[in-house]
Amino acid sequence: MHRLRLLNTGIRTQQICRKFHSTPARRVGSLHSFSEEEKLLKDTVARFAKEVIAPKVKKMDDISLMDPTIIRALFEQGLMGIETSATYGGNGMNFTSAILAIEEIAKVDPSVSVVVDVQNTLVSIPLRRWGTEEQQQKYLPRLCTDTVGCFCLSEWGSGSDAFALQTTARREGNSFVLNGTKAWITNSGESQFFIVFANVDHSMGYKGITAFIVTKHNTGIKIGKRENKLGLRASSTCEVNLVNCVVSEQDVLGEVGKGYKYAIETLNEGRIGIAAQMCGLAQGALDHTIPYLMQRKQFGQTIASFQGVRFDYAWLATEIEAARLLTYNAARLQEEGKPFTKEAAMAKLFSSEVATRVASKCVEMLGGVGFTKDFPVEKYYRDCKIGQIYEGTTNIQLETIGKLVVKEYE
Amino acid sequence: MISKILVPVKRVVDYSVKIRIRNDKLGVDTESVKMSMNPFDEIALEEAVRLKEKGIVKEVVAISLGPPGCTETLRTAMALGADRSIHVETNQDIQPLGVAKVLQKIVLKENPQLVFTGKQAIDDDSNQTAQLLAGLLGWNQATFASKVELKPDEEKVIVTREVDGGLETLSVNLPSVLSADLRLNQPRFAKLQNIMKARKMPIERLTPEQVGVDVTPRTKILSITEPPTRKSGVKVNSVEELVDKLKKEGIL
Repeated sequence: MHRLRLLNTGIRTQQICRKFHSTPARRVGSLHSFSEEEKLLKDTVARFAKEVIAPKVKKMDDISLMDPTIIRALFEQGLMGIETSATYGGNGMNFTSAILAIEEIAKVDPSVSVVVDVQNTLVSIPLRRWGTEEQQQKYLPRLCTDTVGCFCLSEWGSGSDAFALQTTARREGNSFVLNGTKAWITNSGESQFFIVFANVDHSMGYKGITAFIVTKHNTGIKIGKRENKLGLRASSTCEVNLVNCVVSEQDVLGEVGKGYKYAIETLNEGRIGIAAQMCGLAQGALDHTIPYLMQRKQFGQTIASFQGVRFDYAWLATEIEAARLLTYNAARLQEEGKPFTKEAAMAKLFSSEVATRVASKCVEMLGGVGFTKDFPVEKYYRDCKIGQIYEGTTNIQLETIGKLVVKEYE
Repeated sequence: MISKILVPVKRVVDYSVKIRIRNDKLGVDTESVKMSMNPFDEIALEEAVRLKEKGIVKEVVAISLGPPGCTETLRTAMALGADRSIHVETNQDIQPLGVAKVLQKIVLKENPQLVFTGKQAIDDDSNQTAQLLAGLLGWNQATFASKVELKPDEEKVIVTREVDGGLETLSVNLPSVLSADLRLNQPRFAKLQNIMKARKMPIERLTPEQVGVDVTPRTKILSITEPPTRKSGVKVNSVEELVDKLKKEGIL
């Protein structure tokens, strides 16, 4: 099918578009070897998450609303423009730095983590990679300092079958007029900046799909229904309605008809971010659980000292480590300009599965308290499920990996 | 405006780490343990950087004595706002007198109007370096600062100190050695922009020999043991019961 050919073009383009922002890591150490600034970033974000985000997590989940002061703090700390070059107001750090930030935040709140993830991967990558100089100068600084963005691909009728999207873009003079409804759009509730995928010519199939930059200044774009979700409740997931939304041709991102390519390549890279989020989530759940197990006693001994329980958390720790290594490795491959599609899919596939297993087991090991909202672990259990669904379902990851495996034998 | 504040920072075991005593009972296990900047030094650094941001101080210089890992601590200091830093590298055991002597030599070279340290390091809790340094320099000192008001035109600093009896406010003439206490301020997080800037900022590298100081430890640790495990207390149900128990223990 044409998906394989699309993946091929993706890999080659990634190799051409490599940009090293800081010292490439020398692979003489383990995947836990980090540069000085990667270490400093990891420590700083961990502290920031613990001191600024942690106190607000429960309330944000209860009322299903992201605290605007948290979003402001994310911008102020520079966490919304990690890789963007300093010329455009970003921090010029490498991809692993973004991954570490996403992971550390997810240990405390996967909802806040996804805000940082989407902004730094799905929104920032297309603009940095395919935007014109004018577009980058116009939009990147705002995305780094105060404007939340989102990636509008999915629709009610097209999730995994992304290229069956129905949103149309009709050419009218120097503009395009967009009509359609996007669904399941993360960050949209707080967004002022939208990357919208629409088809300029349905007779061309996916080759008509074009990426457009839309902002709240454009007429005809409106945030619709906000989803009431099982987990990641503080993260906004809304419908985005386009009704005769006029977009100047200056705001076409890249080339007309190449949107499908940009979407695939962006998602290939973005899923490493989701893998990091899931690793953080799993670790966060475990971090809340083990200390409790070491304290609570039954039958004269701590829960943690029962062999059956020990075997459980030994497995969990092993799986988290494996997921983390897959994630870090995929990130390093990206940095080195090597092909990473298979490894990225493996990382996302495995991390989301591990997160579900870990969160579930942690609730179980905690016993009664694990099942109450007084304890933070039930939130990780609800939050983890989306990992197997968004940015490419588990089955899509398996398809991707399977096809690449076969390719190695052709 | 004063031209310079020198901020000594120490690399210590991170406050969140559960420390373990080494098998030889001569120290604490620091192998592959998380290390950070001493929290009180962070508070001192934060105050110095705030004074710089107010335009009262021109330059903040961070300095650290210790093993190669201190460069990480100094990068953090620069990411938090120090303009440059000095690493005096040694693998010797770091003790207050040695530190104070090194700082004295550096002060003579750098000529800061203020030296601002944390009140004590969380690994040895010595609470000596600031005081020893002031003595060696012949400068005045204001320790346990919980409020600092620098008056460069009058060449003095008003310091509120936390003492056993309460708060004491002193007016000290510059130059002076100050040490920061917990409630002086809430340190900032290093912004990513500044982490990246700190990469390129200079760290001057020296050795104790170059500075002209012998940092061989003067005190020898004979042994370190854990404190005895706390016995659980007794819960009482009324004031009468409490008074009764205190009487029985011979306290009342």
